[in-house]
Amino acid sequence: MADSTVTRAQLSEAVYQEVGLSRNESADLVESVLREIGDALARGEMVKISSFGSFQVRSKGRRIGRNPKTGEEVPILPRQVLVFRPSHVLKNRINEHRGTPAGQR
Amino acid sequence: MTSMTKSELIQRLAEHNPHLYQRDVERIVSTIFEEIAAALARGDRVELRGFGAFSVKRREARIGRNPRTGTAVQVEEKVIPFFKTGKQLRERLNLSGDETGSAA
Repeated sequence: MADSTVTRAQLSEAVYQEVGLSRNESADLVESVLREIGDALARGEMVKISSFGSFQVRSKGRRIGRNPKTGEEVPILPRQVLVFRPSHVLKNRINEHRGTPAGQR
Repeated sequence: MTSMTKSELIQRLAEHNPHLYQRDVERIVSTIFEEIAAALARGDRVELRGFGAFSVKRREARIGRNPRTGTAVQVEEKVIPFFKTGKQLRERLNLSGDETGSAA
């Protein structure tokens, strides 16, 4: 059953079914939610969604990396990375179905 | 560091969409995260181009240790949620302009 991919289209459809706005407006609101989260992260804020998880931007310092193909050393510049920490609720939930081994996905 | 909680996210959306009932904005936000969680529980991927992709990764069963007592414990195979940042968002977080104030 697995191996399918959920996209904005399915999220919009769910909002449409659940809230009863038009399809267009549902799609716009999905977009707005993602934009608000991105805006907050870009402002340097952490985004905490209870029972789902939190998103946080971390600063990584400069380090020396290596081109795995050539072995050549290349500097990796300081950068910002986004880290998602799933909540325990989410972790537990995705492990509830242990009847169907995850290995068979 | 300041943060934005789910209720603050709802608040902001409500401010930007004054024609909607607060109650509906709450349902919109909850539905989105509920759909993502349900997809991950099915083992599906969630791909939100420009933002990022959620997926689940399998972790093999292993022998772990209680860090306090040192006792060996069997840790069952499990799956963990994983998020990979989308290209557009990653680039936005790394703009050289100082939108991502490190002083935040």
